[in-house]
Amino acid sequence: MKHLLSVEDLGADGIEEVMRLTDSFVEVSGRAIPKVPTLRGRTVVSLFYEESTRTRLSFETAAKRLSADTMNFSIATSSVKKGESLRDTVQTIDAMGVDAIIVRHASAGVPWQVASWVDASVINAGDGWHEHPTQALLDCYTIRERVSSLAGLRIAIVGDVKHSRVARSDVLAFTALGADVTLVAPPTLLPPSLAGWPVEVSHDVDDVLPKADVVYLLRMQRERQTEALLPSLREYTARFGLTRERARLLADDALVMHPGPMNRGVEIAAEVADLPRSVITRQVANGVAVRMAVLFLLLGAGRR
Amino acid sequence: MKELVVKGGTVVDATGSRRADVLIRNGAVAGVGEGLDGKHVLDASGCIVAPGLVDLHAHLRQPGREEAETVETAARAAALGGYTAVVAMPNTDPPIDSAAVVREVLDLGTGAACDVRVAGAITVGRRGDQLAPMAEMAAMGVRLFTDDGSGVQDARLMRRALEYASALGVTLAQHCEDEALAAGGHMHEGEWSSRLGIPGIPAAAEEVMVARDIALARLTGAPVHFLHLSTAGAVELVRLAKAAGVPVTAEAAPHHFTLTHAEVASYDPVFKVSPPLRTEADVAAVKAGLADGTLDAVATDHAPHPQEDKEEPFDQAPPGMLGLETALPLALTELDLPVERVVALLSWQPARIAALDGEHGGPVVEGRPANLCVFDPAEAWVVEPERLASRSRNTPYAGRKLTGRVRHTILRGEPVVVDGEAQR
Repeated sequence: MKHLLSVEDLGADGIEEVMRLTDSFVEVSGRAIPKVPTLRGRTVVSLFYEESTRTRLSFETAAKRLSADTMNFSIATSSVKKGESLRDTVQTIDAMGVDAIIVRHASAGVPWQVASWVDASVINAGDGWHEHPTQALLDCYTIRERVSSLAGLRIAIVGDVKHSRVARSDVLAFTALGADVTLVAPPTLLPPSLAGWPVEVSHDVDDVLPKADVVYLLRMQRERQTEALLPSLREYTARFGLTRERARLLADDALVMHPGPMNRGVEIAAEVADLPRSVITRQVANGVAVRMAVLFLLLGAGRR
Repeated sequence: MKELVVKGGTVVDATGSRRADVLIRNGAVAGVGEGLDGKHVLDASGCIVAPGLVDLHAHLRQPGREEAETVETAARAAALGGYTAVVAMPNTDPPIDSAAVVREVLDLGTGAACDVRVAGAITVGRRGDQLAPMAEMAAMGVRLFTDDGSGVQDARLMRRALEYASALGVTLAQHCEDEALAAGGHMHEGEWSSRLGIPGIPAAAEEVMVARDIALARLTGAPVHFLHLSTAGAVELVRLAKAAGVPVTAEAAPHHFTLTHAEVASYDPVFKVSPPLRTEADVAAVKAGLADGTLDAVATDHAPHPQEDKEEPFDQAPPGMLGLETALPLALTELDLPVERVVALLSWQPARIAALDGEHGGPVVEGRPANLCVFDPAEAWVVEPERLASRSRNTPYAGRKLTGRVRHTILRGEPVVVDGEAQR
């Protein structure tokens, strides 16, 4: 495999392989000196056209723990400000002889365009509303830490699915591993068509929560109010937010997940985010090991 | 060329088809029959000899975007595609919203490889808030008016435009798209936009404006021509309006009967177009509309863009596709209609809508202007973007095998394309 653009590039077998590799990199991360020479001499560039804290840092940490050289492309100080095109920018970077380019862009599809123009491996770190495959992988890994297998697991994804690249990648990954996924949102925050999506849909979170093994909350953005998608965040929280009261509907061993950054008090109550059943900080911790696994898969052992 | 004979072809026009040679003298048809001879001979064996094609809808990009296309290069592409007349859309920079710009574009078209006519803007600057000087432009021969690129959003303004136009004997043409419904969208809203995470444009954005303008055509009695219809619902609305006697006509673009929104899965902006590529059901409805007469014409919506613009992210790239050099073979290959019907949709029916039927699209009979398209309906070829005559390369059909190819195009008796090679 050369690029990781979509969860579909991996399929169930590929996801399982990433999980297995992640196990060993979790072990590496637990060492006193959490560093292996696997990608020594390799260069990884992060090309983030959109702001990000956790994903960018997570990839950089992963690359450094594998001993790769890392470069960080910052839009603010680059020729992009001088009007350089996307193609010229990525081909300039590629010409320097890099091995992987990690791309985040506000426009869906940009990683596919980049992959068509460069020799390096391309990793999609989030494209518009479309996909965020490494997030889905770390979500799968985090669930498996607690419940060993996703097969038959009932996962509710609650919130703004329409604008969520996390939701799209999670649906692909969770269902590939055999989970039963229910999307829970008002109709305005669901994709206009769910034809071909192997999911159930509900508009009633209170009905779904008691049956869920995992509840995955999506970030609710404030501008959705002004786009006539919601009357108000207050009404959203009242109908869909995981409040303290609503959290009582969950089974005792149900997991609470969130890709971050959270809007505490909107889609999730502060107290709920901090409950033991919440694995939100595990998601962040596992992100590094999962991204080490992805980099190893694309650049390690025999690639090139 | 004072005397020319087109030998060995099958003449197809609105009166029917027959095996005949066509003798051309001093720019006009001088004889149609078997065994004619002339000083110069163009071989048409195995070919259809038809009235020149007429494109109701081409973006020539001049003035303002000469790096994408010029009148000269577009006219050459048109001639190679079998067209003897094209109507230039007014969304240039500056827009064609005054006599001065009409004059500029007509002058640029003098001596081009096909006749260049002009559609004027309905509103000043195509901004949709003030009527453009339609009478002044009509006096210079403009017969179609449109704000194409966008539709006239204000229903009251559209009503007044129709009323004003009705005294001028001109037709208003609408790019039907409700901007509030379409806002932020970059492809058809549906299964693929949902999967690809690209904001969608619902079919309803087109249909509400078609429905509105049918009501306004009924109210004012003024004709409305619908540009590039793309949805099953829009086709059905026009079908019902025509049955009710409302004075409407409509066109469809080749990409709307040959491609679907599934193409966007490549994220290649070459598949971005306005209105967007729709569903298979919409493609079938557009074909059915062309077959049953609901849709009067195939129009290219030829929209050149330089490569760098089509390498932007999908949601930032401009919409539009090349069309002039591929429209006829696509119609021949994809519409499943007899060749006579295909030529009707590309020649005399659009010629009537553009009021060009005095010169173009008329029957191939003695005394008529010799504007002809000679094509081999069986010749197969593969679309190679770098071999197209347009200044731009944004064809969505790169590598596609098409059947049907223009051999000669004759403009007022002058061969402007001979054996597939442009002469101007």
